[in-house]
Amino acid sequence: MANLKFIQINEALGANLLNMVWVIIGLIAIYAGIKNLLDDENPSRYGTALFWCSFGVVCAFGTWLPAKLSGVLVIIMCLPPIFKKVKVGRVDTPSKEHTILQYKKVGMKIFFPAVCVGIFSLVFAFFSNLSSMVAVTLGVIVAMIILMVYNPSENKPAVFLKESERFLSIMGPLCMLPQLLGCLGGVFTAAGVGDVVASIVEKIVPKGNVNVGIIIFAIGMALFTMIMGNAFAAITVITVGIGGPFVLAYGADPVIIGMLALTCGYCGTLCTPMAANFNIVPVAILNMKDRWGVIKKQVPVAIIMLVFQISYMIIFK
Amino acid sequence: MELIKLLGVLIVIVGFALKLDSILIIFLALITTGIVGGLGVGGLLETIGVNFVANRSMAIFIMILLITGVLERNGLREAATDLIKKVKGATAGKVVSAYAIMRGIFGAFNVGFGGVAGFIRPVVLPMAEAAVKNQGHEAKEEHVEDIKGMASAMENVTWFFWQVLFVGGSGGILVQGTLASLGYEVELIELAAAEIPVAIFALIVGCAVTLVTDKRLTKKYYGDK
Repeated sequence: MANLKFIQINEALGANLLNMVWVIIGLIAIYAGIKNLLDDENPSRYGTALFWCSFGVVCAFGTWLPAKLSGVLVIIMCLPPIFKKVKVGRVDTPSKEHTILQYKKVGMKIFFPAVCVGIFSLVFAFFSNLSSMVAVTLGVIVAMIILMVYNPSENKPAVFLKESERFLSIMGPLCMLPQLLGCLGGVFTAAGVGDVVASIVEKIVPKGNVNVGIIIFAIGMALFTMIMGNAFAAITVITVGIGGPFVLAYGADPVIIGMLALTCGYCGTLCTPMAANFNIVPVAILNMKDRWGVIKKQVPVAIIMLVFQISYMIIFK
Repeated sequence: MELIKLLGVLIVIVGFALKLDSILIIFLALITTGIVGGLGVGGLLETIGVNFVANRSMAIFIMILLITGVLERNGLREAATDLIKKVKGATAGKVVSAYAIMRGIFGAFNVGFGGVAGFIRPVVLPMAEAAVKNQGHEAKEEHVEDIKGMASAMENVTWFFWQVLFVGGSGGILVQGTLASLGYEVELIELAAAEIPVAIFALIVGCAVTLVTDKRLTKKYYGDK
């Protein structure tokens, strides 16, 4: 695949572009913090501002800050949400009439900017050595330009910033969960947690049989996800504890095994009330009588998918 | 006593299972692991800093938020509604399946239409109920309950298995980072490519289960041949 990559950017420029991506994201977060600090409709202005601004600073300047200082900022960032001090301020949701009016103006071609980011990340992944993060950013910029051309009176530059703040606030501090879990995985590894898990599993599972290892890895991911309700939380622990020592150590393909483990975890997500966002909240939104109504419809699909993926991993390992 | 190092893992498992605040759980697990793993205060702060900064790719969704809201303002949801209205000879099962296909394909481009609250409740359900009426039946309450379950289920199934095809999605990035900590370097596009058969199979299985179930239920509730 490497010979397809005719767009080659030198390493220094690539690194600079990537740093620009982090600075832009950091500034968006800092904007969200300042907007909420000045927003008298926000019931917790200081906590909300502290959360978004400390994240924004680590994100924007993490490349250059001393690691210890970044660590302190991450700890500070965690405090407002723990004390429930991150709140939503004034929200300007577009009305149904408004969006229908815009749709009459823009029409079906709204799908072009919508898929722009995906196309950019795909094309650049195939034909360049550029980071996916830079590709996504270019896609976003092009989509913004298209949107401004489509509908110049509606889509002014400031609207994009305001709308990103609206969505950040709706998502709230939980949107930091994946990044914090990734960070936790790194701390686990540094503390040697994976080795301990592996030494325990070793006593139960015969080492040396890759296929048995794959089955245990896949089912372990699904079960742990069911217990924790979150495949992202499960994958760091289970990959380091089981996937590494019992499957990958025997030369199995890390691409297929590592990635499918995540979607095996998703099979667990489909079966557990712990994943309330996906399985319980819809029951409420749709006024269903059976609390398990969504899960019941998902279990058959989840079981078929788990069996399919285990077979796929064993055949193509 | 090597086992004490697992205290952080235990906190994560028990904490999520007890539905404690997610950030609190991670915070406690971080501090505990730092103490029992013997990292020391300075070492823990440094490890947190290094790893949080190394995982910044997870924040790329914030960049995408620049257009998410503006797309909504410009009628993306209305366009999606028109798109799925094009399904011919609709039954409830077909409407749900058509939504699933659209949801999956756009999910691979990281584009959503508002999920259960934003799209299924206001668009998919009324269309499915109308389809039942068009077949000459008065939609029974139990059937509507089943349709709600199927629509939410397909929402989840297609999103889970198709969104991993997006190069730059948080799932792939987390896997890439986890594998890197074990010493395996992989590319995001390879990870996405590995999921293509899984995504296609998931969509086929999901739609098949939906169509078969709906056919069986229609027979059961209204006695259709």
